[in-house]
Amino acid sequence: MQYWNPTYECMSREEMTRVQTERLINTVKRIYHNVPFFRDKMQKKGVEPGDIKSLDDLKKLPFTYKQDLRDTYPYGLFAVPLSEIVRIHASSGTTGRQTVVGYTRRDIDTWAEVMARTLTCAGASKESFIQVAYGYGLFTGGLGVHYGAERIGASVIPISGGNTKRQLQIMKDFGTTILACTPSYALFMAEEMEEAGIKKEDLKLKAGVFGAEPWSENMRKEIEERLGILAIDIYGLSEVIGPGVASECPCKCGMHIPEDHFIPEIIDPVTEEVLPPGAKGELVFTTITKEGLPIIRYRTRDISSLNYEVCECGRTSVRMDKVSGRTDDMLIIRGVNVFPSQIESVLLEIGETAPHYLLIVDRKDNLDMLEIWVEMTQSMFSDEVKRLEDIERKIRKEIEGTLGITAKVKLVEPKTIERSEGKAKRVIDKRKL
Amino acid sequence: MLVKQISVFLENKSGRLAEVTKTLGSNNIDISALSIADTTDFGILRLIVNKPELAEGILKESGFTVSCTNVVAIAVADEPGGLAAALEVLDSESIGIEYMYAFVGKTSNQALVILRVEAPEKGIEELTKNNIKVLTSEEVYKL
Repeated sequence: MQYWNPTYECMSREEMTRVQTERLINTVKRIYHNVPFFRDKMQKKGVEPGDIKSLDDLKKLPFTYKQDLRDTYPYGLFAVPLSEIVRIHASSGTTGRQTVVGYTRRDIDTWAEVMARTLTCAGASKESFIQVAYGYGLFTGGLGVHYGAERIGASVIPISGGNTKRQLQIMKDFGTTILACTPSYALFMAEEMEEAGIKKEDLKLKAGVFGAEPWSENMRKEIEERLGILAIDIYGLSEVIGPGVASECPCKCGMHIPEDHFIPEIIDPVTEEVLPPGAKGELVFTTITKEGLPIIRYRTRDISSLNYEVCECGRTSVRMDKVSGRTDDMLIIRGVNVFPSQIESVLLEIGETAPHYLLIVDRKDNLDMLEIWVEMTQSMFSDEVKRLEDIERKIRKEIEGTLGITAKVKLVEPKTIERSEGKAKRVIDKRKL
Repeated sequence: MLVKQISVFLENKSGRLAEVTKTLGSNNIDISALSIADTTDFGILRLIVNKPELAEGILKESGFTVSCTNVVAIAVADEPGGLAAALEVLDSESIGIEYMYAFVGKTSNQALVILRVEAPEKGIEELTKNNIKVLTSEEVYKL
């Protein structure tokens, strides 16, 4: 096992607590004095920087929401003079006004550090050729991975997203060993690869670091099989820093969080109480080294859990579970909370279906209707109608058993469901509420 | 004696059937027989063509879900009770029929039928034994 920075990655819990406490106290002081918006929030809650003496006091602090970044657009939450900012990124703004994040020179350095740990976790070294197929630009994915890859001394191929044929050609010709992109794009590449007549044996690919969207274990298996690689799940969000917030090691048993930079919490999204280790809830992050945009108790809306046990790989850092849904992607269908990921796992457990599906929610006569489109695969297909109807029935029954709601299942022809080179679209909600 | 049948998954939306036949036509593949089994949402198109392996490959390349199954083709007398005689043979041997369809051939006084049965080899044996004419694949592909 290789570590990038064993001092921190394998630090004892006691020592880590000491580091975190000191950094948290400083961050809170800095934010209180430099960010009026957050100072108001603290004052409304009756908390002063002096009240924060230990990690346990973290729960006294107010939350930061995505909406806060929108309300203070563009620079209202920055904690340094703008002259200290050397880089600005922004979210796509698909769910509202875009959110802007700023980095000081030291933040860029921190980012490269945590991303170097992520890539090392996936087995990268200075010998690696890393193809960065995340988008470059305002999106943090491309440049985030790029700086980490350069930090470890790997050869970086900054191809950015899109142009799949070229991606595959370069992967083959340049001898790419590590691919970084979204998992759905990795799968898309695997499909195109077959069509382009490139075999996995033609490639030198060893591993992939895939993130920016939730994906299932079966999707991982499919990517690993079709590309012949180790597929590593990585996690990040621009509000915290970008990619590099958490990463799996080859044990694939949760994503290690660089706790000397980010403190995670799991809370109940409704009561906002902090939940004990192992409990599923909303993931909340506090940054303790960031200068440009330090953020306190950021509500990620991602559903996960935390595991503090020492990992087989030797890292002592806390691990977050694969994100299993979003509190705000949650669909309420006939009063039942449904995460698209739950439906995905039902489909995958049936084992006969490829992971391409689409959920269509509509309301007819005041009743919510769920329709699930599942793409036909070669292995599922039969010349007998009853076999295909059996598959539909099986999916419907499993959904009903797991979620307690009835759904109409429709088998559709391959490639009916739109593929994107970025994030996969899984839900169409036609209800006008 | 076994005849290869190509099955294609089709959604019930306009133009799909035309797409399949166009693809086959432009590759010079001749269709001898076809049948469609349909439900509300999807259909299964079953085809007997002169070049089954080529057809399977081409349709897969064009993005269709395709499978290839062995079926039995028989010729029965085109008169009342002609088909019944053949089906009785299968029934007496407890060979189940998944589905069947008749098609028009160029031979006169005979009706041509494709049978998808549970045990095709045994079916052929029994049918032949009972003087039911089973067509060879060459005969069928030429139709």
